[in-house]
Amino acid sequence: MKEVVIQTEKLTKRFGDFIATNEITFDVTKGEIFGFLGANGAGKTTAMRMLCGLSLPSSGKATIAGFDIYKKTEEIKKNIGYMSQKFSLYEDLTVLENIRFFGGIYGLSNAQLKSKSEALVTELGLDKEAKKLVGSLPLGWKQKLSFSVAIIHEPKIVFLDEPTGGVDPLTRRQFWDLIYKASDKGITIFVTTHYMDEAEYCNRICIMVDGKIEALDSPTNLKKVFNTNSMDDVFYQLARGAKRKE
Amino acid sequence: MKQFFAFVTKEFAHVLRDRKTLFILFGMPVVQILIFGFALTNEVKNAKLVVVDQSKDLISQQIINRIEASRYFEIEKAVMDPEQIEAAFKEGKIRLAVIFPAHFTDNLMHINRAQVQIIADASDPNTANMLSNYVSSIIQDQQVQLNEANAIPYAIVPEIRMLYNPQLKGAPNFVPGVMALVLMLVCVMMTSISIVREKELGTMEILLVSPFRPLLIIISKAVPYLFLSLINVISILLLSVFVLDLPINGSIALLFAESTLFIITNLTLGIFISIRTNSQQVAMLISLMGMMLPTVLFSGFMFPIENMPMPLQVISNIVPAKWFYIIVKSIMIKGVGFAAIWKPTLVLVGMTLLLLGLSWKNFKIRLA
Amino acid sequence: MRILRFLLLKEFSQIFRNKSILALIMVMPVMQLIILPMAADYEVKNINLAIIDQDHSTYSQQLITKITSSGYFKLSGYDNSFHEAFQYIESDKADLILEIPQNFERNLIRENKQHVFIAVNAINGTKANLGGAYLAGILRNFNADLRLKLIGNTKLNPSPTIEITASNWFNAYMNYKVFMVPGILAILVTMIGGFLSALNIVKEKEVGTIEQINVTPIKKYHFVLGKLIPFWILGNVVFTIGLFISWLIYGIVPLGNLSVLYVFIWVYLFAILGFGLLISTYCETQQQAMFIMFFFMMLFILMGGLFTSIDAMPSWAQVIAKFNPATYFIEVMRMVILKGSRLRDILPHLIKVMLFALVLNTWAILNYKKTT
Repeated sequence: MKEVVIQTEKLTKRFGDFIATNEITFDVTKGEIFGFLGANGAGKTTAMRMLCGLSLPSSGKATIAGFDIYKKTEEIKKNIGYMSQKFSLYEDLTVLENIRFFGGIYGLSNAQLKSKSEALVTELGLDKEAKKLVGSLPLGWKQKLSFSVAIIHEPKIVFLDEPTGGVDPLTRRQFWDLIYKASDKGITIFVTTHYMDEAEYCNRICIMVDGKIEALDSPTNLKKVFNTNSMDDVFYQLARGAKRKE
Repeated sequence: MKQFFAFVTKEFAHVLRDRKTLFILFGMPVVQILIFGFALTNEVKNAKLVVVDQSKDLISQQIINRIEASRYFEIEKAVMDPEQIEAAFKEGKIRLAVIFPAHFTDNLMHINRAQVQIIADASDPNTANMLSNYVSSIIQDQQVQLNEANAIPYAIVPEIRMLYNPQLKGAPNFVPGVMALVLMLVCVMMTSISIVREKELGTMEILLVSPFRPLLIIISKAVPYLFLSLINVISILLLSVFVLDLPINGSIALLFAESTLFIITNLTLGIFISIRTNSQQVAMLISLMGMMLPTVLFSGFMFPIENMPMPLQVISNIVPAKWFYIIVKSIMIKGVGFAAIWKPTLVLVGMTLLLLGLSWKNFKIRLA
Repeated sequence: MRILRFLLLKEFSQIFRNKSILALIMVMPVMQLIILPMAADYEVKNINLAIIDQDHSTYSQQLITKITSSGYFKLSGYDNSFHEAFQYIESDKADLILEIPQNFERNLIRENKQHVFIAVNAINGTKANLGGAYLAGILRNFNADLRLKLIGNTKLNPSPTIEITASNWFNAYMNYKVFMVPGILAILVTMIGGFLSALNIVKEKEVGTIEQINVTPIKKYHFVLGKLIPFWILGNVVFTIGLFISWLIYGIVPLGNLSVLYVFIWVYLFAILGFGLLISTYCETQQQAMFIMFFFMMLFILMGGLFTSIDAMPSWAQVIAKFNPATYFIEVMRMVILKGSRLRDILPHLIKVMLFALVLNTWAILNYKKTT
């Protein structure tokens, strides 16, 4: 039995009358690549923001890396990385300045900062751009950089909110290489997406419709259950009944 | 034209959606007019004054009573040595000290001559001037009373009449001033920021590639603010009349037309700033930090412009609020007609056209 | 401590990267400090006066000469009827009208008493007050001279006379600029601090970078301090430049101890920056933050005793002024610079501003939520 790093039970978030996330329950084990699928507005981002400690749940239980989501948000934050939908590194700082800043506030030592930033820049092939402003980089590079910054402190879990939105297929491929590399190091990946091909890259996926979990299994099993050979089909069959439209 | 209305409708939706900002936009001018209309006054009242009476006799006491009865002063009760006066000035406790030497009444009655010393805190020279003048005239009144027996010959008696504002209230001066100030800053800020914001967020590009005249798009962004500001004008005028008791002696229609013109001038100024800048912070710093104090000073409601050195009088001409202040004062308080204010009106029209032209030109350059 | 260092490093890199904002922060206050005190000049002179002389006598001519040569008045009209002169007032060409009635000279000599009429455009109270007072003063002098000429020496006046000696302390030359410069500098520093701090956190909210900060384990007070300290330093720099400019351009040397001023500004900046941060925690967009700050800045400027006296305000307005930190700063600037007040003299002000700093910052930290 593998170690469980994310555990939720009937986790719910309401905004007034609107139930964004409705009693979701699931476990994620260490080292897993866990995909969160859903149409726009299905409640993926809300769920993820609760797990990261950015938003307080209305009801339900959850633990992240063994810490309670209500009481230990600051402990949780030491053990996770997060990459939001919206690019959120500082565009008016250089690549190196961003790396040093985020590494620094996660408490890396100077020696670690130095080796980490060198390694990171080389790995991403950003040697020439290291001293350029992040704002001047193309989107694909920005995304890869944000991912690397999100795991600079080697967290137990990293949350990725639609990390590959708007980038070309080649960059997406490279991005997933980075994800696999991180996963090999034992980092648990929690990723939301609406690209079905990306769903196939995950170990397990969870499909959300109207704030509820409608299916949760490995891509192979899901295809078997829904009697089809494409994830697209699985998704259409589930999402057809959705009431919320953007 | 149909497209233009479509754009304007969209802009209205944007503006009306942000309730917080909307609340501030409507609430702020109202609160400011109320506070400043009541609170600001150039009068000097209740100034703290200390009396050092070393004689404690009849006439010194009579003078002190007169001072106490005057609304200009508030006598600090603490009895002080002359040495303590300086300390009191330094702590900012008093503005004026009046010192009666010993044997004041004796001297006055027997050698027909007695001294009083007035010391003013002249770090604020005007207040010092006014206060020592007030005390002097109180003392002179007392003296006139002493001499009542023998009337002064060949007396020229000035009769002073205060026109427009007999009680010398602050409101007739400050309300037109604050109105000009608030309308100007709010209009300029609103347009400059909302346009630059779209530039910063990248949504401007989407609009600019549409098959529609770019400058027209920008103008359509200013239209909702024109309506918002007109509502503000109405609420300010209602408050002035019903709460602050200010008259509108002239034509309301004229006042309204001139306000519309002034608002348009400022909206074009906002558009111009937004075309020349690329970040919200720069636009805000210019339209607030850069314009706030200069507008307060150069509109002339705080300090008369004719007192300023010549170069600054020239500079004051480029501040739209100066001209609007003249217009509002003329229509509301003096009740004059268009004949008396066609000049400032023309200046505002000229400014608007110039700013529009400049915006047009700069905009083209940016697109090229 | 280490975390704070990284935060500061980041803030400073951002500040120095944006050259246009940095230039605005430095240049705008300096420009305004140089120009505005000259505009904020209340030594009333060049008061426009219209005279109606219906007497055309020797005395009336002498009186007019005396008035025009006083230096306070500019003769803008010379008419025969009140109606004509009034038009000067309506068109703002005249602030005052002096009417010398017919038979002025004759009545004065025969009846020992004659009225003259002064009409003042009283929309601007100060100008009206001062202008009217000056004119009345000139009339008094004219009257005294005339009396002297007509009855001869009054030295042997048998009636009791009170001699008034008036002295003006702290500003013997009655220079109004000396009074305005410290106040304007105070407001400029307040604006810099308030605007920059109010905008900063909101900008991170608007751009979305604050999310990335909120998922890190940094403490709230670290983040807030990281924002405060850079602007605190900037505020000090602007303040120092301002003091230098006031010496260079206006020759103002603080009478009191510079260290007293600095102790005060150190505390004051924390108060005003805390206020900016507090606003930014309540706003989602820079636009909102800006408008709210604008509102308060207007209060700070107009209700802080910079231009009009607080003593003369109604008591509810004085209460507002008491809750305005800028009031204390303006007053302390004037006290220390013009009167040489010592730390002991400004201590009550300092304590109040300390309270402001404490309350506002605590409130800002409590209201800044990493989790919503």
